[in-house]
Amino acid sequence: MQSLERPSQGIGSEAVGRPTEPPPDRLIAVAAGLEVEAEVHDGVLKEPPVLEIDRFNLWYGAKQALHRIAMPIPLNKVTALVGPSGCGKSTLLRSVNRLNDLVQSVRITGDMRLNGDSIYDPRMDVIELRKRMGMVFQKPNPFPMSIYENVVYALRIDGETSRGVLDEVCEMSLRGAALWDEVKDRLQDSALGLSGGQQQRLCIARAIAAEPEVLLLDEPCSALDPIATGKVEDLIQELRGRYSVLIVTHNMQQASRSSDYTAFMYLGRLIEYGATPDIFTKPVLRETEAYVTGRFG
Amino acid sequence: MNSKGPPRRARSGHANLTAHGEPWVWLTASSLALAIAMIVGLLSFIAWRGLATFWPVPLELVMLTDGRRLLGEVTEQEPVEPATAAAVGHPARRLIRTGDFDSSGNHYEWIDDPTITEIARPEWATVVERLDAGRLHGIPRRLLHGEQVVAEGAAEVWKAFGREHPGARGRLLRGLRIDKHERGELQRQLRAARLAVVQAGLDAGAGSERQAEAEQREQKLAGEIGRREQALDEETAKLRGENAGWAVEFETASGGSVPVPLDGIVRAWQPNRLSLAGNLGVYFSRWGEFLGDDPREANSAGGVFPAIWGTVTMTLIMALFVAPFGVLAALYLREYASRGPITTAVRVAINNLAGVPSIVYGAFGLGFFCYVVGAGIDDVFFKASLVADGQPTFGTGGLLWASLTLALLTLPVVIVATEEALSAVPNSMREGSYACGAGKWQTIRRIVLPRALPGIMTGLILAMARGAGEVAPLMLVGVKKLALELPVDGTFPFVHPEREFMHLAYLIYDVGFQSPNSQAARPMVFTITFLLVAIIALLNVAAIWLRSRLRRRFVSQHF
Ligand SMILES: Nc1ncnc2c1ncn2[C@@H]1O[C@H](COP(=O)(O)OP(=O)(O)OP(=O)(O)O)[C@@H](O)[C@H]1O
Ligand SMILES: [Mg+2]
Repeated sequence: MQSLERPSQGIGSEAVGRPTEPPPDRLIAVAAGLEVEAEVHDGVLKEPPVLEIDRFNLWYGAKQALHRIAMPIPLNKVTALVGPSGCGKSTLLRSVNRLNDLVQSVRITGDMRLNGDSIYDPRMDVIELRKRMGMVFQKPNPFPMSIYENVVYALRIDGETSRGVLDEVCEMSLRGAALWDEVKDRLQDSALGLSGGQQQRLCIARAIAAEPEVLLLDEPCSALDPIATGKVEDLIQELRGRYSVLIVTHNMQQASRSSDYTAFMYLGRLIEYGATPDIFTKPVLRETEAYVTGRFG
Repeated sequence: MNSKGPPRRARSGHANLTAHGEPWVWLTASSLALAIAMIVGLLSFIAWRGLATFWPVPLELVMLTDGRRLLGEVTEQEPVEPATAAAVGHPARRLIRTGDFDSSGNHYEWIDDPTITEIARPEWATVVERLDAGRLHGIPRRLLHGEQVVAEGAAEVWKAFGREHPGARGRLLRGLRIDKHERGELQRQLRAARLAVVQAGLDAGAGSERQAEAEQREQKLAGEIGRREQALDEETAKLRGENAGWAVEFETASGGSVPVPLDGIVRAWQPNRLSLAGNLGVYFSRWGEFLGDDPREANSAGGVFPAIWGTVTMTLIMALFVAPFGVLAALYLREYASRGPITTAVRVAINNLAGVPSIVYGAFGLGFFCYVVGAGIDDVFFKASLVADGQPTFGTGGLLWASLTLALLTLPVVIVATEEALSAVPNSMREGSYACGAGKWQTIRRIVLPRALPGIMTGLILAMARGAGEVAPLMLVGVKKLALELPVDGTFPFVHPEREFMHLAYLIYDVGFQSPNSQAARPMVFTITFLLVAIIALLNVAAIWLRSRLRRRFVSQHF
């Protein structure tokens, strides 16, 4: 086991009031405002990363919501973010595609790199950046237009008008989101007429339509019934290996079933991060074990 | 009992009246009922009075103790018990529309019931609507063509009238159309040529070559127009000649006989012998004239077509102005402007603008649009008209300025409604769009606006309803008592934004209070009011239909 130093090694780590002796319970220490070293397993660091989060801090006004998050997200793997409510999972996800820019009070330090390109570089065009990612939100948010137009939205705003290309992308994405058979006869109907689960899969189809480098899923199943959840999980299985997926979930079974790596966050800090089987069966920290087994959180 | 901790607070075991809220239900329900009753009452009153105006009323021949005879419609009755007559000041009485202005000088007369000796309904009593001089009530006696008596006796005359009248009326209308349109067009061309001369003088100096050229052109045109006018003169003279000499002689109640030129009769009917179908025929024929013709006799008779046209075009042009301005302003305020004291101040100011009395906008429109902007436009583009005959083109009230003034007046309504609609668009949709890599404007255009469209339409409906019913500011910026040249018509360039126009709301005021024959005009007031309400309702229904179609497309039915 190695503490998280690697992403910051080249830049030189500054001395933060790091306690020489970790307190017996890290979560108590975190709550007390102490800096705690994240446990990042070796396996994660060996993977080629698609996204590197480099000592990322974020404040909402005066309140700090993310503390020195440093983690690589492996390429073409599914990475799950777990942690109790309010620990900053959504905030981290929204920082990746800079949706937090829309919140006026937000201030950040640190950086992230998408395939080596600095995300928070002032010269980075945020629109170009977002075109390289897809995002699915907690609540389905289909646009007020037809199913077809929803799926090809990203292409439309890029000015794609060729009917052939659009049709092909639409079918591919809907098949990818396991929705094609249900909607192929009503592509021109309003997307708002779909059921909640169908809407969420439509949002996934929309997110994968533009072949994103990273797919960000923020609790995609929280509004869905078990059957729809199962379909979305199957879908994530299918995406595995083709897309790099970062998924937030509260459902431990879901995380253990469908992810390759799992990160446990608490109060804006990364606590432990490693291969999913390790996190769920033999975590380094007993706090992680307590959380994933449901004894805490 | 071995309960630990503090004892539970005792709660009253029986729910009282206020908890169930029964009185509040009654209070709110009765307020609603009252409001509905008031609105329905108002609308049905207007509809009843407005729709009844054109229904034929029987003519009664009233014989009085002093030997006078009156033939007319009873329009009002005041029953008074004999015992209370002294207190009221008069016995039971009735108001009779006599239609005998020629000999008595009155259109209406109050008759005390005790002075009536006999009432009859003569079969052949005829209502004659004349082109001018108002109505005539009488019994047809002879149909004359010059010295020759074509028909005699009521039945014969009526048959002959039915045969001859449509032709005569058609020739008259044709002549009027020639006077109004064809001659008007020639006059316009002539004026344009004359203005071109003045303009050439202004541009190139008096006595210049260009002016000489323009003068030559004018002279050539004047010659040609003279020839064409002569042709028109011949045509109208022929039409008039064919109509000349034709007259119907009516015997009035007072015994006199009044000859009426055949082509001076708009329509005539015998209410006492009309069947239901006949009544309906007269009714719809009068509605047709009302909706489709120009007004006659100081607006108290004839149609209101120019006013309908003016109201509708003005309202639509106003909507055309106010919709983009209001929506863009609200878009900036809600989507682009950063939240802060200035935005708040602007918002408060806009809300307050909605409460400014409308006449203030009228004064502003007159002072700014007409006298500053309009005068400026005239100075640059229409100087010739100013120089030639001191006639301003845009420097006075007109359709454009009226529409702009009302657009200004209704702007706050649209801005507030649009802002509301924009803020009702869920943020998750905007974020979804951004996450797809859309820019701000793309998000607004493709997601926010379509979704907010029904709400924006609601604001526009309110604005149109308010604008269409406004009178005060319009009187200052272009609405006239009589303006037969329509602001949008078939002559080039089809839209004449500088023309003055008529408006139904102003017509109500004019007919009701400025008419020399206000008794006769009163039913017209209700008819015009009804029409105005109907037109506003129609515009709104169209907009609401559009909105519900949009809503079906854009708003989820799932929860
Ligand atoms: N727009 C905001 N302004 C201020 N504080 C915010 C804002 N959004 C989130 N926060 C705060 O940041 C912290 C992290 O919130 P975040 O939404 O990221 O949590 P989360 O882990 O996604 O929780 P959940 O599992 O409930 O979705 C919370 O304490 C929250 O109150
Ligand atoms: Mg969240």
